[in-house]
Amino acid sequence: MDNWRKSPGAFWASFIPPTLWLLAFFLAPLSLIWAFSFGVKTGITEIDITWTFQQYARALEPLYLSIFAKSLWMAGVTTFICLIVAFPVAIAIVFAPPKARMWLLLLVILPFWTNLLIRTYALIAVLRTRGHVNFTLEWVWENANGFLIFIGLGNFNLIGERFEPLALLYNNTAVVVGLVYVALPFMVLPLYAALDRLDRSFIEASLDLGAGHIRTFWSVVVPLALPGIASGIVITFIPTLGSYLTPDLLGGTDSQMIANVIERQFKSANDWPFGAALSFLLMYATFFGLALRALLTKREGMGDRV
Amino acid sequence: MSLLGNLLSRRGKSEIGPLEYHRRLWLRVTVALTLIFLYMPILTLIAFSFNDSKRNVVWRGFTFKYYEKAMNNSELIEAFVNSLTIAFVSTIVSVILGALTAYVLWRFRFPFRAAYEGAMALPVVIPEICMGVALMVFFLRTGFNTGGWVWPFNLSAITIAHIAFSFPFAAIVIRARLESFNTELSESAKDLGASEYQVFKDIIVPHMKPGLIAGALLAFTLSLDDFVITFFTSGPNTLTFPVKIYSMVRFSVTPEVNAASTILIVITVIITALALRLQNRNNMLQAG
Repeated sequence: MDNWRKSPGAFWASFIPPTLWLLAFFLAPLSLIWAFSFGVKTGITEIDITWTFQQYARALEPLYLSIFAKSLWMAGVTTFICLIVAFPVAIAIVFAPPKARMWLLLLVILPFWTNLLIRTYALIAVLRTRGHVNFTLEWVWENANGFLIFIGLGNFNLIGERFEPLALLYNNTAVVVGLVYVALPFMVLPLYAALDRLDRSFIEASLDLGAGHIRTFWSVVVPLALPGIASGIVITFIPTLGSYLTPDLLGGTDSQMIANVIERQFKSANDWPFGAALSFLLMYATFFGLALRALLTKREGMGDRV
Repeated sequence: MSLLGNLLSRRGKSEIGPLEYHRRLWLRVTVALTLIFLYMPILTLIAFSFNDSKRNVVWRGFTFKYYEKAMNNSELIEAFVNSLTIAFVSTIVSVILGALTAYVLWRFRFPFRAAYEGAMALPVVIPEICMGVALMVFFLRTGFNTGGWVWPFNLSAITIAHIAFSFPFAAIVIRARLESFNTELSESAKDLGASEYQVFKDIIVPHMKPGLIAGALLAFTLSLDDFVITFFTSGPNTLTFPVKIYSMVRFSVTPEVNAASTILIVITVIITALALRLQNRNNMLQAG
């Protein structure tokens, strides 16, 4: 690496354009809403920046606190489900033959590149009252009912008089399903990376010395893959916590997350200072998660050296 | 089906070795179920775009009529052209800015370099919603109301926003490519009298090229896929594809939306396949 003073011309020519763009169209907008978050609304569009903490205090009101808690809970449940599902998948990929491994990885990553909106829409089509899941269930119900009538039990309404479609959409479960659907690849990749680095002779030794597969998993694989697990948890949790589209399209009136509240402050409620404060709280939560991850991966680096 | 059967069966094979986890039945079932969960919705969406029924649940025969209908929906076409225009401009600028960022970070030591690198990574990590509202407020407050301008300049605000979140991604990809550059090449060129600019143009850029292409493809898909930031930076009169689809989705589930979505999926899959192909070739070149 050269000192920039050695060729200042080349340095400034390549330094200035991206820096200006970042300053003007990223840091300036963020600073603007950061300043707004310390202001109060005095008119329809007027905002007085009085450096008050009032907006942050408002975020601690029970209503908003409960939405924060709910978002954390939904993101937590999503992350947990992703972890449970992704672990066996990552194990299967790591121990698969090289060619199959490449295809499996590709299959897991590919949905990443499909538009989030389209994926969410696809889920709506599957889950809605007249959707594919309910349609399949209805078909099963009709056949079961036909069978019951056939064996002479048709008059007892053993499985209900009519097929009742399940309400699979517009509730919290739908949001969690949608979030898992979106976030699963985020979890598989770091787990795969961690398990791939893991020295297999440890597993072999553990199995040779008489530990079963389950014991080996908990006492050898999990501790060794811990940095990868932590990394996966953080990078699944962060985007999930801030997701807007999934709760918006799949959730009901009571399944809003922070991002939906932020959106409302900036659009229909037109309360920018409060929305700005909420945005920054979400951002601080994100930074906290990232710092945690950096700390954990740093420790992992040290582990490698030992 | 035979593929699935093949995946699940263990017939005719030796006993499963202790580490052959991939051959264990329950793991295969988990992987199969996960992939079904990931792909079923998308595949049904694609399949039912060819379904000759408005209700979109029962298969009533093959048809292209919803593609025709989507093609004749002038708003949809306008939105599509707008999105492609935005993606195209955003890609070009993002690659240039990304290449410069990568070059600065790769080559120079300067004060607050770590902080600079951190700031450049911010657009990659902060929640989309925060960036979206910040840009919306910024454009409204600075009076940068491009919505009323003549096409294609009415897309300026969205394009600027897309560049702001795409170029740091492009920079990451391009920088990874620069790591394999042999600095002896540029040093000998300088010894032989080449100027800084000549070294950059004739030696570094050609070496960067696969990274530039990969970065461009990434920037293009990022721009085409973005919903949240576009949603916040587009004025009421600017139509883009995801925003148009969003309003259609809110309204109802129709085969027309399926058809439009399928077109977008096909475009992104093609671009992704190209990117992966290039990356593979890159890796092979590096290995060889």
